[in-house]
Amino acid sequence: MSAEQLAGLSDLFVVAAVLLYVFAMVAFAIELAFGKGVPGTAAVAERSEAKQPVAVGAAAGGVVGTPPGEGGVVGTPPGEGAVEAGKPAAKGLGAVWAGRAALVLAWVGWAAHLTAIATRGLAVDRWPWGNMYEFVVAICFAAVTAFLGSQLRYNVRFLGAFVMVAAALGLGLAVKFFYTAAGPVVPALDSYWIAIHVTAAIVASGLFTMAGVSGILYLVRGDGVSRLPSRADLERVAHRAIVFAFPVWTFAVIAGALWADRAWGRYWGWDPKEVWSFITWVAYAAYLHAKVTAGWRGRAATIVQLVAFACLLFNLIGVNILISGLHSYADV
Amino acid sequence: MTVQELATEQEPKHVKLGLVGWLRWGWRTLTSMKTALILLFLLALASVPGSLVPQRGVDPDKVARLYEQSPTLAEWYDRFQLFEVFTSVWFAAIYLLLFTSLVGCIIPRVTTYARELRRKPPDAPKRLTRLPQSASFEGDLDVGEAARRLRKLRFRVVTGDGWVSAEKGYLRETGNLLFHVALLGILLAVGFGSLFGYRGNVLVVEGDGFANTVAAYDRFIPGSQVSAESLEPFSFQLADFKVAYQVTGDKKGQALDYTAHLKVNDSPGSPTRDYDLKVNDPLEIDGTQTYLIGNGYAPVFKVTDGKGQVAFEGPVPCLIESKATMASGCVVKVPDAQPAQLGFLLQFLPTSVPLTDGTYASAFPGELNPEVQLIGAFTGDLGLRSGQPQSVYELAPPEVLKKLTPLVMGTNVPKPLAVGQSIELPKGAGKLEFTGVKEWITLQTAYDPGRVPALIAAAAAVVGIALSLQIRRRRVFVRVDKGVVEVGGLTRTEGSAAGFAEEFADIVKVLSAGEKDVR
Repeated sequence: MSAEQLAGLSDLFVVAAVLLYVFAMVAFAIELAFGKGVPGTAAVAERSEAKQPVAVGAAAGGVVGTPPGEGGVVGTPPGEGAVEAGKPAAKGLGAVWAGRAALVLAWVGWAAHLTAIATRGLAVDRWPWGNMYEFVVAICFAAVTAFLGSQLRYNVRFLGAFVMVAAALGLGLAVKFFYTAAGPVVPALDSYWIAIHVTAAIVASGLFTMAGVSGILYLVRGDGVSRLPSRADLERVAHRAIVFAFPVWTFAVIAGALWADRAWGRYWGWDPKEVWSFITWVAYAAYLHAKVTAGWRGRAATIVQLVAFACLLFNLIGVNILISGLHSYADV
Repeated sequence: MTVQELATEQEPKHVKLGLVGWLRWGWRTLTSMKTALILLFLLALASVPGSLVPQRGVDPDKVARLYEQSPTLAEWYDRFQLFEVFTSVWFAAIYLLLFTSLVGCIIPRVTTYARELRRKPPDAPKRLTRLPQSASFEGDLDVGEAARRLRKLRFRVVTGDGWVSAEKGYLRETGNLLFHVALLGILLAVGFGSLFGYRGNVLVVEGDGFANTVAAYDRFIPGSQVSAESLEPFSFQLADFKVAYQVTGDKKGQALDYTAHLKVNDSPGSPTRDYDLKVNDPLEIDGTQTYLIGNGYAPVFKVTDGKGQVAFEGPVPCLIESKATMASGCVVKVPDAQPAQLGFLLQFLPTSVPLTDGTYASAFPGELNPEVQLIGAFTGDLGLRSGQPQSVYELAPPEVLKKLTPLVMGTNVPKPLAVGQSIELPKGAGKLEFTGVKEWITLQTAYDPGRVPALIAAAAAVVGIALSLQIRRRRVFVRVDKGVVEVGGLTRTEGSAAGFAEEFADIVKVLSAGEKDVR
């Protein structure tokens, strides 16, 4: 296949991924809508924090501490929409099926998304994140991967609808405003550092996006009964994602400094992108400190987290569009 | 007792803090987590203007433009050091306070940590079922065997009468401390680098050379501890410079590769070696790096004056007007021309094409059909001997320009010149000949002795933060009583309860397994 054909194929797969994500979002939303209301502070998926004796047999089976009286665990292999039984008793059959369909759709969308990135990479014969369009597409992919990956281990399907919205919006934005035809990059970007620095930034951004989605839901849902997941759950997902993403982001910034040392003659020069990645880093550090400071946990920490996420988004999009600097050669 | 006395008696006594008390209060407040949080916010907030207001160290031209456009605003910016945010007094105040707070936080934690490291896990509590994680099973596990299996899982183990207490995850605090100490290390390395390092920029035209001396630089920014003798004595000549461009498709005209062929002498006596300088691939000589930063065209002109003598001959570096087409603006000053000085404004077009309105433009950044378009030719005193510093990219300051006599200007400019062509100036003032095209490159030379220490500290910071965020402190207790084994566990790290549940289940599995199942 020629480069042009591959590039065309990549564009098609991006559109397919958007559609699949939208369908998955609808299915996730149906699941939520037909689910039962959840009180604000009690945890639904607190299966692990539930205090009860652990049956050794269950432990050997790899499933820990299913709360008693919550029905059996459906042993679907992970990756095929492991329905983590949640609470079949509380949910209608429709909701269960919608949830299953949603996960399958999300995984198929993920596969289309992956294909889009891979074909783009083959078409341009380099790492497929050399400009704004490719970068945003990759971050959306990282966010969906973070969600689906977490879903394999923990029950975070309550986030599904919202992560799908974010991914579909992000991809739509990329296609509509940042689209750049497949092509070579400027010499400054033609370095193996792109594989290290940009990949780390993408992975961290994807995880931060998942945390951001949880944070927004935390604020949107009150303390009362709601169909949205409980605040404790949302907080825990956000915290876990950030705890994982923060070292990756730190690494991304340092790898960027190493690259800058190769390319620009200094490892740190307060270029706007550097300034904002520093601000983002400081803001997430503030979140981690807020989590262990009395009086800052919960709502305040969530707001700090969202401010940090806003900094991340501004760094990603605002800096490239509004402020000219060394990073603005990334086509838009 | 009067009422007054009673009132004074009952009033709460104001405790006099005294100097030491105040100092202690100040230190406590400074090193508290809340202060650290606020300082972190301030640091983030203070960085924002650094990205919005042009910075002298990053883009001095923009600062100069702001001074021209709105002098009052620029003055106010300058008053608050907004053109150099990251070296300003107030920014330094924030990060120095933050680092003081950090030190104040680290010191007591290190001592606590040292004590923790030597302390044994606490005795097992009586009722293990009260712990967040607990399990029980029947088996013939004894205390010694339980301790052995837990040790194998790299727990620190203490045994007692019918119980085992085990703890692990000490690396969490190690990582935490390492991270914060590494941040201090980065600050010190950056400071060290800025004291003993230097940066310089220079423009070199093809065929010309450069020797690493202070005088050779167009712009030289030394650290305060740098002396002229400490510069690495290398030199090189720019043999030629090549750019590869994309020639087809949507990205036509995009640069693909820059290569500067250098002939390098590492030190005055050493043999010459060839080096291909590229973007992302600096020339390194004993810790001093030279980077390829920019490039442009330098058309070569020959000017013959009114008396028939060659008054100027050589390449003229031109300022890029359009990045996409590399159309560049050139200024040729001929102060030696007789009887009067000459000055020319020209536009260099690397790939000249005629437009429908009769003018010419560049269609491609590569040098396919290089031509120069004369925009204006002037005669008169260029003001170069006035003592005022002048830009080489500007013919003359406006007040001098007004007094010059235009020879060619406006509608009577001739067609662009190709290489080898020339124009005769009117009134026998002289002749301008376009003899060839060279390219120029801008280089940045940097010496920063702090970069390697900064890298080591940064690597330590990444390792430290990963350890401190991924490892959890956890305790496991086992009580054995008449064939019933009770296991309890807890994690001392917030937010890690979920992950610990799975680990706890695995531990229970290891403990409950028969003798043969355990390796």
